[in-house]
This record gives sequence, structure tokens and C-alpha cells, in this order.
Amino acid sequence: MDKPVNVVTSKALEIGYGKTTVAKNINFSVAAGELCAIVGINGIGKSTLLRTLGHLQPKISGEIWQDAEQIEALKPEALARKISVVLTEPLASKNLSVAELIGLGRQPYTNWIGSLTEKDKQHVQASMAALELTGLKERKCHELSDGQLQRALIARAMAQDTPTILLDEPTSHLDLHHKVQILKLLKELADNHHKTIVFTTHEIDLAIQLCDKILVLNGKSNPFGKPHELIAQGAFDAIFPSETIQFDAQSGSFRIRK
Amino acid sequence: MSTSKTAYGFEFGLLILVLLSSFLLSVSLGSVSIPFSDTIKILVGGTVENTSWRYILMDYRLPKAFTAILVGGGLAVSGLVMQTLFRNPLAGPFVLGISSGASLGAAMLLMGSALFTRYIFMETANDISMSVAASLGSFLVLSIVVTMANKVRDTMTLLIIGLMFGSITAALVSVLAYFSDAAQLQRFIFWSFGSVGSLSWSQVGVLACTVAAGLVCAVLAIKSLNALLMGELYAKSLGVPLKKFKTLIIVATGLLAGGITAFAGPIAFVGLAVPHLTRQLITTMDHRILIPAVFLYGAILMLLCDTVSQLPNSAKVLPINAITSLIGAPVVIWLLVRKRKLLF
Repeated sequence: MDKPVNVVTSKALEIGYGKTTVAKNINFSVAAGELCAIVGINGIGKSTLLRTLGHLQPKISGEIWQDAEQIEALKPEALARKISVVLTEPLASKNLSVAELIGLGRQPYTNWIGSLTEKDKQHVQASMAALELTGLKERKCHELSDGQLQRALIARAMAQDTPTILLDEPTSHLDLHHKVQILKLLKELADNHHKTIVFTTHEIDLAIQLCDKILVLNGKSNPFGKPHELIAQGAFDAIFPSETIQFDAQSGSFRIRK
Repeated sequence: MSTSKTAYGFEFGLLILVLLSSFLLSVSLGSVSIPFSDTIKILVGGTVENTSWRYILMDYRLPKAFTAILVGGGLAVSGLVMQTLFRNPLAGPFVLGISSGASLGAAMLLMGSALFTRYIFMETANDISMSVAASLGSFLVLSIVVTMANKVRDTMTLLIIGLMFGSITAALVSVLAYFSDAAQLQRFIFWSFGSVGSLSWSQVGVLACTVAAGLVCAVLAIKSLNALLMGELYAKSLGVPLKKFKTLIIVATGLLAGGITAFAGPIAFVGLAVPHLTRQLITTMDHRILIPAVFLYGAILMLLCDTVSQLPNSAKVLPINAITSLIGAPVVIWLLVRKRKLLF
């Protein structure tokens, strides 16, 4: 079977709000089957970048490509079939059931009133099964734990059946066990379902162990590459002020400077 | 979103049954006591000895009952779509100042004539111009509130803004009242008490068309409303054309809340409370289920409120606003206290 190529690329991208630049000179390219983390200190523009990549807010300059097309050229519905998102903003209604939430992921494919066809229902079932949510499908979102809710949101993105999935801090508010669970799940989605997955995170050491590519936002050159290449370049050394934390290239983790 | 297995057949059956009973109750009770058997006889087209009974029933109680159904159902649906649009469980046509906007429109038409063009307006202050004026008033306030809602995301701030709009329109209305003559003022004051009675069949027809147009807009927006349950950014990521959708909802609410307020006066709490009451019965958030359910529930509540306000077998009529507030406000308090927070 031919594997889909789907590549997400940014060239000389500058992001921000109106005339205020948050970050610029962002260049990267992530292919199908690759898991890519965006890391950097608070306020450097990780979430802004993620929302810009999903065309949820306008870029300032530069280019964002989804395969051979620039995302601005795609109609909203066409874009919704290419890119799905998991955001940090809380759900407006926590009264949605897990099944309803995941069903909403099918909207780009449903008719004017949003009826689910058999095919849509199969996608919903498959996403629920993949994220082990079948037993929770009648639960309301406000009854879920943080980890369960995050899984439900990822299942919703999966039901949207897009080649690209963007996730904003999918591991925040979770304990180490659930952080690793979610990250391994993303890795599996990239490997087995051949998705292009880009997510922002503060778990740099976990990202180094699991991700195929990492984009380091540092406010200047924004290095991008495979984790071991970045370690060799010393890209992680300057993420945090050196008087508090030091990167240990040997173990690929951060140490508190005593 | 139809992954929930139950189609809520039982709940809908129950609502329709209660609606029919409330309808019969509403037409069989009133200031003149008509035996129930005769009421039924007249309704199915039979003849009764007392011909004035037939007149009372066909030309007063029936249009009143239909008005109550349109008013209750329409306001409840407008409340529901506003709660989803603003992602705010306390939104409703009354709370957000939309009814006040309609009041201002009506007041300008009824009393503004004294200030400006006495001759042109007084002649044309008929049903349609009243409906148009009130709808325009609510469109105006609604558009301003929607613009502000984009700037302030906070629930409380938005409600306070709505409250302030209520105050501004109340002030403008009292300025208008100061300059208008007694007859005009009286007409406005009676209108502001709220009433579903005293509409002719042709007026009921105009109201029905306005409400139907508003409901069509709401139904067209169902898919986007469901997407908006997740939040605006998620809705955008699903390909929802947000601007088009917001316009559609503003038109829907303007027609529903504006048109209804024009004919029945500013009626409090139905729009806010009924969606929450309905959610006690129906647990899905799917607007395909909620819109018809909320309409039925609102119609039932309005029929019952109207029956109570008529004080059966007496000639006195209480302002319907008093009844809806007496029922609606405690319901909201009860929901807040018992459920801690209003989920929507």
C-alpha cells in the first residue's frame, strides 16, 4: 500500500497578533508518520505557532504548506479535512458526552444538519476503541479525569480523520504516568496510522526520547531537527537561563543548578 | 452527534401530551365559565346553545392559546441559541438586554411620534410596523452585545453589559414617556406588562410567520451550534464559517425575541429558564433534539402561566410578566443552588 506523503512545512514564518511579532524565522518540515514536538520557554510563542499552523489565527508573514498547498488557499471545509486540533482552551460545554464530543469530529463530512452516517459512526467507534474510551462513551465531559478528557479530545481529533493533527500541550495537568501514556499514544498514531503530528510541550526530556523531530523556539534561530542532532548542536543548552537549569547532553535531561 | 442511542421518543411523547392538556386547560378556563364538554363541542365544530361562548372561544381563547404557544416556544428557543452562542448559561433575551432593545423600538414607535413626526407614525403604528420596530430594536442591541462579547470573554462582564443596556433603554423609554401624552403612555405601559391575549387572528398570523422565520434560521444553524459547544476555535477548526453563522443566529434571535416582544411585550425568564428546565428532562446537548424539546417546553410553560394569570372564573387578569418572573426566578436560583453551577 502506498503510504500518504503529507508534509507540513513552514518557511520564514513570522507569527503574532496584529503588528506585534511573537516569533519569527520559523522553518521546519514534518512528514507523515513523524511525531514533532515544539518546545521552548513560557511565552516564546508555542501556542501561537500551533494556532497559526491550524489557521485558527492569521500569520504575519512567511509560508505554511500542507503538502503542495498553502493553508490560506484551502476553503474552511477542505482545511477541516486536512488538519484537526486539540487545544488548551477548555470546552465551552462540559455537558457534552464523550460520544457526542467524538461525533462532532465528523462535522466536516456530515450533511447540513450533522447526521452521522454508518461510515461516520464507524470512525467514531474506531477512535473510541483506539483510545480505550468505549466504556466511558455515555459519560459527560465534566465527569472525566484530566487524562480521560485529554484522551477524549484526541479521539475527537482522530475521528476527524485528518492527515495532520496539531496538539497544544496535550500533557499539561497530567502526572508522569499519564504524560507518558499520551505521548506514547501520539507516537503510535504517527507510526501506525501514518499521521503527521505536531504538538507543543514542556516535557523536553520525554520529547527527546520519543519524538522524531523537535522544533526549539528560542527567540532567535529556532533550531529544528532530530533530537540527537539538536543535542549535538547544543540547541537545548540555551532554552532556559543557565543560572537555574543546565542541560545534560549525556542523559538528555535537565539538571537543577545547585 | 447522533451517537446517543435513544431518540428521546418517550420524552417527546410526554411533552406533546402535556402540551395538548395545557392547551385544553388554557382554552377551557377563563373569566367566563364554559363547561368542558361544551368547550370540546365548539372546538370540534359542533353547535352549543350559548352563541357567545362560541365567540369567546373562537375569537378570544383560541388565538390567545396559539399566541402563548408561539411566545413561549419562540422565546425558549431564542434563549437556547443565545446560551450556546455566548457560551453562557445565564444568557437569554431578557438578561442580555435584547428585550429592552425591543422595548425601545416599540416605545419609539408608540411614543416617539410625540417627539418627531406625530402624523406619519400614529397612522402607521399597526401590527407590522410594531413588529418591525421591536425587531430592529433587538437587532441593534444584539449586534452591540455580540461585538462586545468578542472583546470580553468573561461571563459576568457580559451579563453586566446586558444589564447596563437594560438601564440605558429604560432611561430612553422614560425620556420618551415624559414627552408623550397619557393615551400613548398607557398603551406602552400595558404593552410592557406583557400579555398573550387580545391578539386578533390576523395578528397571530403575523406573529406565527415571524416566529417561523426565526425558527428556520435557528434550524439552519443547528450544525454550527453543535460545533460551538466545544468553543469558537474548535468550531473554526471544524470548518464552521463563524461570521455567517453569527449573523444567522443574530437574525434568528432578533426575529424570535424581537417579533414576540412586539406582540406580547417584554416577557421575563422564559428564554433563560426553559432551556435549563428542558435539560433536566433531556440530557443530550444535541441541538437537533434540544430545539424542538425546548420549543415544546416553553409553549407548555407559557400556556400554564397564562392560565394562572387569567385567574379562572374572575374578570381580573394579572400581568403575565409577574407570573413568569415568579416561576422563572426561583427556578434559576434553585438550579444555581442545587447544581452549584449551571452547566450548558
